Amino acid sequence: MTVIEAHGLRKAFGTTVALDSIDLRVEEGRILGLIGPNGAGKTTALNAILGLTAYQGQLKVLGRDPWNERDQLMRDVCFIADVAVLPRWARVSQVIDYVAGVHPRFDRAKAESFLAKTDIRHASKIRELSKGMVTQLHLALVMSIDAKLLVLDEPTLGLDILYRKQFYDSLLNDYFDRTRTILVTTHQVEDVQHVLTDLMFINRGRIVLDCSMDEFESRYVEVTVRPEQVAAAQALKPIHERQVLGRTILLFDQVDRQQVARLGDVRTPSISDLFIAVMGNHAGPAKGVAK
Amino acid sequence: MNTQSNALPESFESQRIVPATTSATRPFYWSVRRELWENRSIYIAPLAVAAVALFGYLIATMGYAMSTANLAQRRRVLESPYGLATSLIMAAAFLVSIFYSLEALHSERRDRSILFWKSLPVSDLTTVLSKASIPLFVLPLLAFAIVVVTVSIMLVLTTLVLMGSGVGVATLWKPTLYQMGLMLLYHLITVHMLWYAPFYGWLLLVSAWARRATFLWAFLPPVAIGGVEKIAFNTTHFFDMLRYRFAGGGPEAAGSDNFLDPMTHFTPGRFLASPGLWIGLLITAAFIAGAVRLRRHQGPI
Repeated sequence: MTVIEAHGLRKAFGTTVALDSIDLRVEEGRILGLIGPNGAGKTTALNAILGLTAYQGQLKVLGRDPWNERDQLMRDVCFIADVAVLPRWARVSQVIDYVAGVHPRFDRAKAESFLAKTDIRHASKIRELSKGMVTQLHLALVMSIDAKLLVLDEPTLGLDILYRKQFYDSLLNDYFDRTRTILVTTHQVEDVQHVLTDLMFINRGRIVLDCSMDEFESRYVEVTVRPEQVAAAQALKPIHERQVLGRTILLFDQVDRQQVARLGDVRTPSISDLFIAVMGNHAGPAKGVAK
Repeated sequence: MNTQSNALPESFESQRIVPATTSATRPFYWSVRRELWENRSIYIAPLAVAAVALFGYLIATMGYAMSTANLAQRRRVLESPYGLATSLIMAAAFLVSIFYSLEALHSERRDRSILFWKSLPVSDLTTVLSKASIPLFVLPLLAFAIVVVTVSIMLVLTTLVLMGSGVGVATLWKPTLYQMGLMLLYHLITVHMLWYAPFYGWLLLVSAWARRATFLWAFLPPVAIGGVEKIAFNTTHFFDMLRYRFAGGGPEAAGSDNFLDPMTHFTPGRFLASPGLWIGLLITAAFIAGAVRLRRHQGPI
C-alpha cells in the first residue's frame, strides 16, 4: 500500500520556491529519512503532507487530500513537529485527557505504561518539564495512537545523546512494525543511520537522492586510499574526495568493490559523508546523483 | 447565538460522510474544556468579583446591626447592592470575554502549540467554534450562575439580619430573586449572546489574523474608519452604527437600557423583528468563517 504519493508537488513563497515539483512515493512499512540542509524544503514538504499548508500539484496521503481533509487524516497520521509544541500551560494529565477525548485511536493505558517508565508526573505542568521529558511525553502520546503514518520533524533537536538514543530505541522497539510508516527529518543523521529503511536527500526544493538503505549500502563505498594509490583511485571517478589526517578518503558511487579494495581500506560511508558529497556536488545547479 | 453555531457546522460539513454524533461532539466538548484549562480567568475573574461584592456586603450587614437609623432606611441600604453586585459580575465577565477573544486564536500561534492541536483529528471549524462558545455561551451563563448564587447569599444574609431585628422578610424573597433572575437571563441571552455576537466575532477574527498587538488591531481600525468618515464627509454613520451595536440591544430587547429597572418589560417580538439582530448575526457568521479560514492557513508566528 502506498502511504504517500506526490506528483509535481510545488510550493512557492513569493519568489522563493520551497518545493520545486517533487515526485515522492512512500510505501507502507518504511522508515524514510528526509535529509537536507536548512531551507531545503523539508519542513514545507512535511507541512504539505500534514495538511498544514496549501500546495500545487498532486498529493495523496493514505488516499486523502491533506489540505482539504486534515482533520480526517489526523486519525491515521501523527506528528511531532519539534520538541517545543506541547502547550506549556497544560498539565501532563490534561494533555492526556484531551488527546483521549478527541482521538478515537488513542490507547490511554498504553500511554500510562510508557509514562510509568519515565520521571514525568501527571500533576506537572509542561513548562516545568525538561526538554527531554517533553519529548518523552510527546512520544508516549504518539506511540499510544494506533496511526498508520508517523511524521517527525526534527524530533530530537536540542536533546542530549541519551534522550536521542532512547527516542529512536523506543520508536523501533515499542512502536514500529511493518504496518506502520515513519517519515523523519533530522540534522542528526548519525542517530538515524541504522534506523532508516529509506533515505532521501532534498536540496533547494528538489529531491537529489532517493534510495533504500540496502541500496545505499551496496551502491556507495568509501575508501581510505593508500598514498601511492591516490592517482589510480582518482581515475575511478570518485564523487567526493576529502583529506583526513593526511590521508585521502574517496567516496565512490557504484564501483567494483574488489577493484577499490586493492587501493585501500573499504567501508560503507556514513549518511553524513554521503550528504556532504552530494550537497557539495549540488552547490551549483542541481543535477546528477539523483537516479 | 444558538441559530448560528448550529448553522455553521451543517453548511461546512454537509458534504462529508456524517460520522456518529458522539464523535462529532466529543472534540467540541473537549476543546471547550481545554479553553477552560488554559484560561482560568474565565471563571476566576467573575468569582473573585463576586467574592469581593460579598465581602463588602458582609461589612454592610454588620453596619446594619449597629446602625441607629430607622428600619426602612436601613433596609434600603441592604437591598440596594444586589444590582451593583450583578453589574460588577457581568462587567467582569464582559471584560474577560474581550481579552479572551483577543487571545483565543493568537496565543496558540505564539507558543507554537497550534502545531500540536493541528496534529489531532479536530477540524479548524470545531476549534474556532469551541473558542467562540466561550464569550458567546460559557461566560454569559457562568455570569448568570454566579450572580444567582451571589444574590442568594446576600438575600440569606439580609434575611438573617432582618429577622434578628424583627422585621418581616416575606416580601424580600419572592419578587426580587425570581424577577431579577428572569430579567438577567433574558438580558444575557438577548444582549450578551445575540446582540454582542459581532463584537466577539470581530475580536476572534483579529486574533486569528494579527501577528502581534491584537488589541491595537481590534480597536484602531474602527476608530480610523470612523475618524476618516468624520473628517472626509463630516458624518458619523460608522460611529453611530457602533453605538447602536453597543447600546441598542437593551432597548430592542426590553425597551430599556437598564435591565434591572422594574419598569422593564420584555419585548422579544420587537427584538426578533429588529433587522439589527439578524444583520449582526450574519456579520458574526462571516467573521467566524474568516477566522476558520485563517486558522487553516496560518502556522506558528
